[in-house]
Amino acid sequence: METIVFSLLNGVIYGLLLFMLSSGLTLIFSMMGVLNFAHASFYMLGAYFAYTISDASSFWLALVFAPILVGLVGAAVERWGLRTVHVNGHVAELLFTFGLAYLIDEVVKIIWGRNAVDYQIPELLDFPLFELFGAQYPAYRIFTLFVALAMLVALWFILNRTRAGLIIQAALSHPHMVGHLGHNVPRIFMTVFGVGCALAGLAGVIGGNYLVTDPAMAVQMGPIVFVVVVVGGLGSLMGAFLAAMLLGLLQTFAVAIDANFADMFGWLGLSPTSEVGRISIASLAPMIPFLMLVLILMVRPRGLLGDREL
Amino acid sequence: MTEPMLKVSDLHAFYGKSHVLRGVNMEIMPGEVIALLGRNGVGRSTTAKAIMGEVPPKGEITFKGKPISGMESHQIAHMGLGYVPESRDIFPTMTVRENLILGIKNMKVPGKYTVDQMLDMFPNLRARADNAAGVLSGGEKQMLTMCRTLMGDPELIIIDEPTEGLAPKIVHQIGDMIAEIAKTGVSILLVEQKLSIALRIANRVYVMGHGEIVWSGTPEDFREREDVRKEWLEV
Repeated sequence: METIVFSLLNGVIYGLLLFMLSSGLTLIFSMMGVLNFAHASFYMLGAYFAYTISDASSFWLALVFAPILVGLVGAAVERWGLRTVHVNGHVAELLFTFGLAYLIDEVVKIIWGRNAVDYQIPELLDFPLFELFGAQYPAYRIFTLFVALAMLVALWFILNRTRAGLIIQAALSHPHMVGHLGHNVPRIFMTVFGVGCALAGLAGVIGGNYLVTDPAMAVQMGPIVFVVVVVGGLGSLMGAFLAAMLLGLLQTFAVAIDANFADMFGWLGLSPTSEVGRISIASLAPMIPFLMLVLILMVRPRGLLGDREL
Repeated sequence: MTEPMLKVSDLHAFYGKSHVLRGVNMEIMPGEVIALLGRNGVGRSTTAKAIMGEVPPKGEITFKGKPISGMESHQIAHMGLGYVPESRDIFPTMTVRENLILGIKNMKVPGKYTVDQMLDMFPNLRARADNAAGVLSGGEKQMLTMCRTLMGDPELIIIDEPTEGLAPKIVHQIGDMIAEIAKTGVSILLVEQKLSIALRIANRVYVMGHGEIVWSGTPEDFREREDVRKEWLEV
């Protein structure tokens, strides 16, 4: 029972973190057609910026300023990098972000070293919040849950209840038309890119300390974020949200299941004789996102809620 | 003599290697309604797109005396040039009202029309104000696109094939609507294939063939030129 409750909580938190990371990517991908390979690198930058800022002052300052800094870096990349590359088409853009991801990787290694940095959970939140069935649940995780929910509400509000949000949504479907109506599309692109990167940065700030902050974190997270965007469907934040939650829960539960194939064969009345029997369900968890990716592309190429095909 | 509102001189445009516009020249005076006629594929829509900056133009385009070629589309829009594309490009998941709001360029400066006034003028749209624009009929979508562009107070509107795919009765309504818009003093460049509409509301006609203007004159002159019609318009 406690496994279920804790896995549910962990799954939701992981899902929200994934959504925070992928919401920006979805917006950028749908609006500009740019598959930003470097998106997870901005997540990593968020974590490292937060580490440095909280080391020098406090976690709370980092929580505010690290995402802003990441957003500014993102906006600058769009303004002076992508926009110039854009004229040469999508392949050039793709390669640009690909190179950028490696560039950020190397810069991070030079500045902060190759090993994980000691980015700690703030003391204020470093205590068990409640106890359930004899197991303790850390307060910091509930804090991340609330930050993620706040971000979700804010994003929803901006996109659906403000004119700026309306313009952004319009630019998702017909960017040219939005320009002809007098809205500055390049500026919208830059802003969306910046905000998208800031969201990834925020995910880094609140995720980097309870996961690990090391130079491999972008490479680990990057492919999963792509899966969320593709499974959710192009142009659909709601789809990305569903996909992120689904992935978060599936992965967390898979890890928590204490069984292997031998047990499963046993339930099915088969005898576990081969090597296959020794594989545990938990070890399949890292496979789940990519299995989902492959299946969705075969069965439903537009994703769960997407409005167009890839 | 008054200055032309829009002046296009020796306009060329390319799609990849194909040379689509081969030196288009035209002028639109303030308050004029111009019909741009021609068969499919002669470059009428491309002319519209080149003026609006959607296709890179080569040549000189001036609007109210200022060169606009090479400008960004939002800058061109802010100068007072509106565009209703052939593809209509309504925002399907948004309501009719939201589509109209998106036509407003600057919320701080009140325009000629408010959203409510616009809806009052078009009862069909009023009835569907809070529906998603994607469920409208073809004619309603066309109306919405034109109204959306009007919300930005353009001085000249380029309307590309507004009646394509519409039933004859609706075609007539759209024609009336364009005539109404013209009465408010807005200049119009109408890219149209249906002679009935074009000749009914235009002050002047340009005929295009092979990427250039091959004939121009008044609708009255045009009616007498069976040869022009045969050579450049009939299929």
